[in-house]
Amino acid sequence: MRNSKLVTLEEAIRKSGLKDGMTISFHHHFRGGDKVVNMVVAKLAEMGFKNLHLAASSLSDVHAPLIEHIKNGVITKISTSGLRGELANEISHGLMKEPVIFRSHGGRGSAIATGDLHIDVAFLGASSADELGNACGYSRSENAKSICGSLGYALPDARYADHVVVITDDLVAYPNVPKSISAADVESVVVVDSVGDSSKISAGAIRDSKNPRDILLAKTAAKVVINSGYFEDGFSIQTGTGGASLAVVKYIRESMLEKGIKASFALGGITAHMVKLHEEGLIGRLIDVQSFDKVAAESIKNDPFHQEVSAVEYASGVHQGSAVHALDIVILSALEVDVNFNVNVLVGSDGIIRGAIGGHQDTAADSALSIIVCPLLRGRIPCVVPKVTTLITPGKSVDVVVTEYGIAVNPGRPEVAERLKAAGLKVVDIHDLAAKATSIIGTPDALPFGDKVVGIVYNRDGKVLDEIKNIVE
Amino acid sequence: MMFVPGNNPGMMADAHIYGPDSIMLDLEDSVTMAEKDAARLLVYNALKSIDYGDTEMVVRINPLNTPYGKKDVEAVVKAGVDVIRMPKTETADEVRELEAEIVKVETELGCVGRTQIMAAIESALGVVNAYEIATASKRMMGIALGAEDYSANLKTQRTPDGKELELARETIVVAARAAGICCFDTVYSNLDDMETFRKEVELIKTLGFDGKSIINPRQIEVVNEVFAPTAKAIEKSLKIIAAIKEAQAKGSGVIAVNGKMVDRPVVIRAERTIALAIASGILNKEDVQ
Repeated sequence: MRNSKLVTLEEAIRKSGLKDGMTISFHHHFRGGDKVVNMVVAKLAEMGFKNLHLAASSLSDVHAPLIEHIKNGVITKISTSGLRGELANEISHGLMKEPVIFRSHGGRGSAIATGDLHIDVAFLGASSADELGNACGYSRSENAKSICGSLGYALPDARYADHVVVITDDLVAYPNVPKSISAADVESVVVVDSVGDSSKISAGAIRDSKNPRDILLAKTAAKVVINSGYFEDGFSIQTGTGGASLAVVKYIRESMLEKGIKASFALGGITAHMVKLHEEGLIGRLIDVQSFDKVAAESIKNDPFHQEVSAVEYASGVHQGSAVHALDIVILSALEVDVNFNVNVLVGSDGIIRGAIGGHQDTAADSALSIIVCPLLRGRIPCVVPKVTTLITPGKSVDVVVTEYGIAVNPGRPEVAERLKAAGLKVVDIHDLAAKATSIIGTPDALPFGDKVVGIVYNRDGKVLDEIKNIVE
Repeated sequence: MMFVPGNNPGMMADAHIYGPDSIMLDLEDSVTMAEKDAARLLVYNALKSIDYGDTEMVVRINPLNTPYGKKDVEAVVKAGVDVIRMPKTETADEVRELEAEIVKVETELGCVGRTQIMAAIESALGVVNAYEIATASKRMMGIALGAEDYSANLKTQRTPDGKELELARETIVVAARAAGICCFDTVYSNLDDMETFRKEVELIKTLGFDGKSIINPRQIEVVNEVFAPTAKAIEKSLKIIAAIKEAQAKGSGVIAVNGKMVDRPVVIRAERTIALAIASGILNKEDVQ
């Protein structure tokens, strides 16, 4: 077609004007199936680029090949929401000279919008795109290969990056509508064999957890929601991933049907559970920054009331009117919670990075009620502790902690504690939970941290919350 | 009563968080020969160190005629178990033999009379002797049906409707009631078929059983739901209990509710209804007192 933006990856890179030391960005909507980051960075290495800042919305196990590119000096700085797997392990042991910058999804969105995080070239994988760059996370063509649903985390990059390269494995006829990324923001379009392994992008079907502890936690969390004072017609809700968080929805649904209560919207990572409630008429609208499974990805394609939002619209702390400002209840998980209600979702009890901030900080801070669901013990690891290994979400934004040994309510929310007690729920002091954990498994040895800072955790407002030190074997 | 393998520390550590009325730590069938000693040590330490709250703690020991039975008794009595469950009980003499072993250990500890006994009836002979077994000792708190061994002994197998267990179940309930002790039904092991499980619980409740043995926390809710009294029954029972208190305060021996005199069996049923409502989580203990 006329004015086609179709080029090879190498041509796109040359055209972008990318230079050593610049910032490149990626999204993580293809999750464990992502092929874009590794493909692009391998090409950049081949072309001889050095000293690049990789700013991804998140990184996971599949990005282990970055280790070589870090060792070779291609990548010297990383900004992300999370790290997992071998890459996280190496970085925790001091692989990089510069510490990794960790931001929440909302924090990243607003940092990009305000210029704190300036992106020179964004490489954005898309499930479908036309030759001018209109792109989205699903496809209406027969060649659809790598479907992810919402492209919410890529939208700030598309809008604010100096140069945008869309990479797709499903080139469709112009115009690719409805679209997520607008051709107006796109400089180049690259077609490749595959942008993602669809079997690893999202889980196919919902699998309800059969783990009795998850079920117990989910039922207890549902009781907290129902008796919190916020469970009334028109309420709004967000749940994180993980067996217990997902299952909460199932038990809340029963109560919604029984009491004739409907939710106005569900926010965040949207799951098949949420889609089901929406289709049943129990949730009015779905606001989707990330579709967690195939059902959600299909729904966002077909349902006009299942709306994609950007990370800024979702969870920015500086833009008035982001969706979290209207959120009533959020249910989140945690690796650790401490006696001051501070939460860690990033660094494991072995001191190694194994998670992501995600929207934890954002939703906890702006929701009317934040509920953390977390077992007291994971095997021999205590999850309610005197002090978190790494501070991710400050305790002042955490209201309730649900464990299998009781529910702790932030002393700043006495009215919530009263409501839960009145409903016959077991409300306990969080210090007692920590003491209970210690009484069962003892006090763990201190972690062998070194002196090198390997990560810096930012709060969503751009201020530094904590540092992660290297771990010494 | 939830069965928990005595060789699984993870399960033993938090079995009580799911709220079963009692926990039975098993040293018998779920533990292989090679692990008998290790499991005994684990169960001993679990009883000594884990705070099970007010959950009733039961340990199923190995039969006394095995090399493990007596060692099991010594360990769990020393650990302060509430109830010893004797497997494959066939005669009253076996109960008395167990009692003698318990007394030996309790005498050494200076706590004679602390440990109760539950006998599992798992054979035709056991069913025939159910009443003698139920009355063999003052320590007898209950008898329970073990259906797997029993149906094998009958030369039949378990069926979904439990036809093969009819006589055993009815005999055990009658024997327990005649002896004034509790009776517990056998386990249902297909965790994926909650519907049949519910039907079985409804059946055994109708037969008169006090409770059901379970093998997974997921089964607790169903048992509680089936055994939970209706709101109407609870309301009526609360009125009866209130009337009793009022009558006691007045020093009157006659109890009346809504103008009708209340008989002793009605009072007993009302007390049982309230106890069940508390056990099912419908009422709080504090609210009733």
